[in-house]
Amino acid sequence: MPTIVVEVMPKAELLDPQGKAVAGALGRLGKTRFAGVRVGKRFEITVEGHVDDAVLAEVQELADTVLSNSVIEDVVGIHVLDAPAGETH
Amino acid sequence: MRIGVVTFPGSLDDRDAQRAVRLAGAEPVALWHGDHDLHGVDALVLPGGFSYGDYLRCGAIASLSPIMTEVIDAAKKGMPVLGICNGFQMLAEARLLDGGLIRNEAGRFICKDQQLRVESASTDWTSGFEQGQEITIPLKNGEGGFIASAETLERLEGEGQVVFRYLGPNPNGSLNEIAGISNARGNVVGLMPHPEHAVEPGFGPDTATAMRSGTDGLTFFTSVIERALVGA
Repeated sequence: MPTIVVEVMPKAELLDPQGKAVAGALGRLGKTRFAGVRVGKRFEITVEGHVDDAVLAEVQELADTVLSNSVIEDVVGIHVLDAPAGETH
Repeated sequence: MRIGVVTFPGSLDDRDAQRAVRLAGAEPVALWHGDHDLHGVDALVLPGGFSYGDYLRCGAIASLSPIMTEVIDAAKKGMPVLGICNGFQMLAEARLLDGGLIRNEAGRFICKDQQLRVESASTDWTSGFEQGQEITIPLKNGEGGFIASAETLERLEGEGQVVFRYLGPNPNGSLNEIAGISNARGNVVGLMPHPEHAVEPGFGPDTATAMRSGTDGLTFFTSVIERALVGA
């Protein structure tokens, strides 16, 4: 079954307290080369049947309206996993 | 007056809100998220809690509940709707209110009695307050940081849609210390602090006079009742 991946990140200009906390932990571990961390979300959506442009358009719409909130987040990527060569978006 | 309180999976303060409605002198009506029926209520409260475990985003899944079709429709027709904490998050997710709520700046859950300034006494839920009145009601949330674009923020401030502002140190990093806002019409109000927990002497926040005697939250509910009586 094909899988569509949607990636969502908090808007770049917004403070990301989760990322800040992780970055703080890295600093305490002595990992000083890592200047910052931001935490986002990855959705893996399995699709019945094959993925065509209509399915991708529907996922794009869901990504914009349900999976993310455009006030606080950006959809940074949508791509298909396990797709036959040539159909990867 | 009949005021509906919608219970979602994970709502916690629905019964507190019903009790507040009763103490204010109206009849509380328990509504269920899965229904498409407001049972003829005159106003609505979306209560606090952790609907759907705050999965996806706080209030996001609840904002897609069956009953939200009717809630959004009623709100757009002018029915008074109050969103408390998780209810505020739902109203923002449903786009009935501008902006959004993100994790508290300090990354910690906050639970304290919070002083607020009433910035607008012209909404359906705040008409019993004086403009500029300082009140104290409990604040308890992990994701209460109010954010909006610079343009939206300017409009909210300019149009008098900022209804409550935090006093003292900013508890959660909210822009412009915003604790609550309304829609342009003033019938939909959302705030992070909890008026329903400050409605009865003995069970509210401490005041200068006596422990747990704060009842500032009651005015939210009496305001909407008085509005309805005047309008009737």
